[in-house]
Amino acid sequence: MSAQPQAEPLVEVSGLTVEFPVGDGVVKAVDGLDFTLGAGQALGIVGESGSGKSATAFSLLGMHRGTGARIGGSVRVAGVDPRTAEGDELTRLRGGLAAMVFQDPLSALDPYYAIGDQIAEVYRVHTKATRRAARARAVQALDRVGIPDAARRSRSRPHEFSGGMRQRALIAMALVCEPRLIIADEPTTALDVTVQAQILDLLHEVRTENGTGLILVTHDLGVIAGSVDDVLVMKDGRAVERGTVAEVLGAPRERYTRALVDAVPRVDAAPPPRAAPGREVLLEADGLRHTFGRRGAAVTAVDDVSLTVGRGETIGIVGESGSGKTTLGRMLVRLVEPSAGRIRYEGREIGRLREKELRPLRRELQMVFQDPVSSLNPRRSIGESIADPLRAAGERDEKRIAARVGELLERVGLDPDWYHRYPHEFSGGQRQRVGIARALAPGPKLIVCDEPVSALDVTTQSHVVELLGELQRDLGLSLVFIAHDLAVVRQVSDRVAVMRAGRIVEEGTADQVYGAPQHPYTKGLLAAVPVLDPEESAARRESRLASA
Amino acid sequence: MKGYLLRRFIGMVSVLLALSLVVYAIFYIAPSNPAQLACGLKCSPAQVAQVRQRLGLDAPVYLQYARFLEGIFVGRDFSTGTGVMHCNAPCLGISYRTGEQVTSMLATRLPVTASLALGAMVAWLLLGVGTGLVSALRRGRFTERALTTLTLAGNSLPVFIIGLLLLIVFCSVLQWLPFPTYVGLSQDPQQWFWGLLLPWTTLALYESAKYARLTRASMLETLAEDHIRTFRAYGVGERHLITRHALRGALTSVIALSAIDLGTMFGGAVLTESLFGLPGIGRLLVYSVQIVDLPVVVGVTLVTGVFVVFANAVADVLYAVADRRVVLT
Repeated sequence: MSAQPQAEPLVEVSGLTVEFPVGDGVVKAVDGLDFTLGAGQALGIVGESGSGKSATAFSLLGMHRGTGARIGGSVRVAGVDPRTAEGDELTRLRGGLAAMVFQDPLSALDPYYAIGDQIAEVYRVHTKATRRAARARAVQALDRVGIPDAARRSRSRPHEFSGGMRQRALIAMALVCEPRLIIADEPTTALDVTVQAQILDLLHEVRTENGTGLILVTHDLGVIAGSVDDVLVMKDGRAVERGTVAEVLGAPRERYTRALVDAVPRVDAAPPPRAAPGREVLLEADGLRHTFGRRGAAVTAVDDVSLTVGRGETIGIVGESGSGKTTLGRMLVRLVEPSAGRIRYEGREIGRLREKELRPLRRELQMVFQDPVSSLNPRRSIGESIADPLRAAGERDEKRIAARVGELLERVGLDPDWYHRYPHEFSGGQRQRVGIARALAPGPKLIVCDEPVSALDVTTQSHVVELLGELQRDLGLSLVFIAHDLAVVRQVSDRVAVMRAGRIVEEGTADQVYGAPQHPYTKGLLAAVPVLDPEESAARRESRLASA
Repeated sequence: MKGYLLRRFIGMVSVLLALSLVVYAIFYIAPSNPAQLACGLKCSPAQVAQVRQRLGLDAPVYLQYARFLEGIFVGRDFSTGTGVMHCNAPCLGISYRTGEQVTSMLATRLPVTASLALGAMVAWLLLGVGTGLVSALRRGRFTERALTTLTLAGNSLPVFIIGLLLLIVFCSVLQWLPFPTYVGLSQDPQQWFWGLLLPWTTLALYESAKYARLTRASMLETLAEDHIRTFRAYGVGERHLITRHALRGALTSVIALSAIDLGTMFGGAVLTESLFGLPGIGRLLVYSVQIVDLPVVVGVTLVTGVFVVFANAVADVLYAVADRRVVLT
């Protein structure tokens, strides 16, 4: 796979260190990293959050300048030193030689300006072209990345684009100055599987057509399999393992790499058999519908959905963004009132109950949210957050509350002494554990988990999933597990429902749905799931492109 | 959009009706005898009773209020004792004290207050947003410190003191400016400008610290956002980042605050008006409250209310124009 040896490599990094001053000391984000990238080659930098992969990517553009971070070692990108380049040379480096595609395309674009204008602005910085020429060039770039009706859509603001289109727009911004290197920092993390596959295909296409070099930074090993030649695995700022993608993913030498590879949830492998849940029905939804907005602007988010949840059972709900899975989950615990349909909980109709009547049920129906950062109050200690539902349920004895919170913290694998710590002191996985402890506090019978692991690294993901399974076994909980990641859902679910445009298009046991999908939509979703085998990944790309 | 404007208009009218009701109620609850005041201290009880009847004060309260509303929508007649005076719609009644129509009293004073308020807004936006911008662009430099000190000093002194200081320094000691007198814009634009310069400056000094802080805070907030990092990574210069991207983010909150402040200025710049001898609405209101001239008080309150409500509606529309994510419903 590797290209001809070059006279001067496109990127040359040796002995790179990045240090951030924190209080009196320093945190070493990158600690003595070396790598080179030849022209037109692709390198994947893989690691968990905090491994220093993003800090490395940023140092290639000199983005640490003026932030107080200290950069050591030597970095050269297309012959330019990002640490010392000034004026025109720095401008040329940033965008002209190397362009960055950021994660989270919603916040990476200015909400106030039209997308075409933002791309034109970047083009003008580098070419001094006229406004009109730059605008035309932006439309051309948007067209190139597959935005339909690019001339008209270039006048849209970022919020009018879908997540996938925004990511395409960011790639268009990167392409507009024809850089020699594209640095993509988690470019598909916020996207659905089918959109993720499209974006990766696009990056691949750009690379083969323009001969652009690519550095793909990600925590997701599945993403790099079909997209890069070489892989660099990072941990604590150091390179743990490097080699061709086939070597590293196929036969990892290091224990850490092997753990990473093993933690990737497999959609094609059946999980270990689970104890069959009883067939006693806990919750039964019938003909649920939810409509947002009024009259002309009404949007039906959930449309005639029926579902049963057995006692001790896990139902997985998969679907892409906008499929209505979150709204459905919120209706099941009555955070949202259904516009039509019935919900029976333990044989009692709860779909139309008023808030006051729901009160006693609230402790039995709980929810774990996607984003553990925004779903915990940053100004309250985690112990207080976990105690909230206990107080809401009428517990007044402070001693008992403290004891119960300590017990819960221990139950989810946290230190009971951390009662008085605040959310920002914890990692993403730990915060999600706090969220789970909070849901457990009032002693629920059903927990709806809405994308509980999608913001987490693969290894953390598997730990949280394990914890949920354990809790379910020990406490006899029923779980509704909502996620866009098909592999994770397979790992945890007894039964799976696939949602699309507000409806359930397919439902069955996990083995039925994944082993022998009936609906074409389910088949499409499964085909888009990234695989770890580079050859298989390339073959799938071929078939996707052929069928497109 | 049409539906929005219609709903908004209905909302505005109901707010104003409620406002007039409240003002009416307050004046009838408060112990006073408008007829006695209108007639003068030397009037005999019989004369007072006559005035009462002439002004319609003997009718039940709800009937008086109904007549007041009738005047606004179709106009009404007033007896002047000797003849009948017709007051065209929109009629806000006649002053108990002078017998003058409230609408014409307002008409002569409104341009003064409007000149003061609008000009002051321009001045405080220039000074406040400018200071905020400079403090983000040249943090810690001399210009930033000087401007921040100026706006903070302005904010911490009462309007009255600032105005007096300006008068003493520029008119009396340095004699760069004549003592301000109000001349209409249509009469002599140049004189109008020089006459209002000090009042504008006074209000701007007082208001601008708020705007400087707001601009600076929202710009620094925007500068920490991800999209700024995007443009920085594409070689867009710092100055451009601040003036084009960060300032734009600060704009929405500045618009919202300006609308509220402008609305308040229309009724509340009493101190500035008194100090500089500007015959504006604020002074009229204070005087009318003192002599319990109910029609004038209600009229001024309503017109001020119109401006406050209107300024907020305009701000909402501007808000939606500035930030396309905002949908007017």
